[in-house]
Amino acid sequence: MPDVILRKTIFSIEEIFHEGGPTPAKSLRRASALAIIENPFAGRYVEEIQSFMEDLKPLGLTMAQKLVDMLGGPDQIEGYGKGALIGEAGELEHGALWHAPGGYAMRALLDNSNAIVPSTKKVTGVGGRLDIPITHINASYVRSHFDSMEVGGNDCPRANELVFALVMSTGARIHNRAGGLAAADVKGEDGLR
Amino acid sequence: MTAKIRKIAINIEETHREIGREISPPTRKAVAVAVIENPFAGIYQEDLTELMDIGAELGALLGEKCVSALGITPAQAESYGKSAMVGENGELEHAAAILHPKLGAPLRAAVEKGAALVASSKKMGSPGQVLDVPLGHKDAAYVRSHFDGIEVRLNDAPRANEIMVAVAVTDSGRPLPRVGGLTHADAKGEDGLR
Repeated sequence: MPDVILRKTIFSIEEIFHEGGPTPAKSLRRASALAIIENPFAGRYVEEIQSFMEDLKPLGLTMAQKLVDMLGGPDQIEGYGKGALIGEAGELEHGALWHAPGGYAMRALLDNSNAIVPSTKKVTGVGGRLDIPITHINASYVRSHFDSMEVGGNDCPRANELVFALVMSTGARIHNRAGGLAAADVKGEDGLR
Repeated sequence: MTAKIRKIAINIEETHREIGREISPPTRKAVAVAVIENPFAGIYQEDLTELMDIGAELGALLGEKCVSALGITPAQAESYGKSAMVGENGELEHAAAILHPKLGAPLRAAVEKGAALVASSKKMGSPGQVLDVPLGHKDAAYVRSHFDGIEVRLNDAPRANEIMVAVAVTDSGRPLPRVGGLTHADAKGEDGLR
């Protein structure tokens, strides 16, 4: 099994107080964790890649724990998302290796996280950005929590690299008023409503 | 607080490997950004005192955010920088008013000492544009290993009536410095230069 060779991490936190409307009592915080690692499959076609998911699990847990710590504990987290940027010598499929180790790492640390972790991925050059979708951790249809966070770094991903990203948020959009299922009305049984 | 802050963002970068070599301990840089309302958007204002006072507030706030994000004591900070990007209804001079008269002293308090000039950059810009914050050693500007920079951008700032103000702090120099010059270890840090 290939090693996870970490070149760099980037952690970001945003705190939003208002967006032109009345400033709510509670600000919205979003945090992202990026791990920039070597792509063990870069430059050639490799059929069997799934074993790398196992290797990525500790990295996923470390990143998820860092986000929880940055945002002040698991009870603060209401939304999440994940994503991958694949350097040009890699393949979109390599980004898909992040689904299990990234998603389950966050859900392992968060109570009542029945909702699927939304995700996105793409092949890009150095400096490429990724808009990571965010949804409510326990019910995907909670409309106030549909959000996203842009991530990336100026020096990654290099051609032979993968950037794996996790994102968490502490609440609804700052001036949410588009209706739909409210967080307070979530049943929380099927991960959807 | 005089500044009307819409948003604060903090980025921390840690470099563990570069060009196949392990960096131990990893080099670490933080940049903290405040997105504020530009009180003088769309008008010519001769007296920029209000922006100077905002600069003082943000020097302390953003400097402390960086030090806290790095998890270091103020004395462990090694380099710093400051920048501002002004939305299209403002004026480059607004960035100068925030950055130069009063931001430095409270930033230096946040990183302890800070004998050297704080490296700076400024520009007009729009949401999503990149702001490159220069970095230089905090006590001796000639320390060559610490000449660096960190990029920051926010997809939604600065809007036309906003200003993005950034402060960067590190606890280290470049990952693999080897172009000679004055070193961190040999810097006296008395005159701000050497």
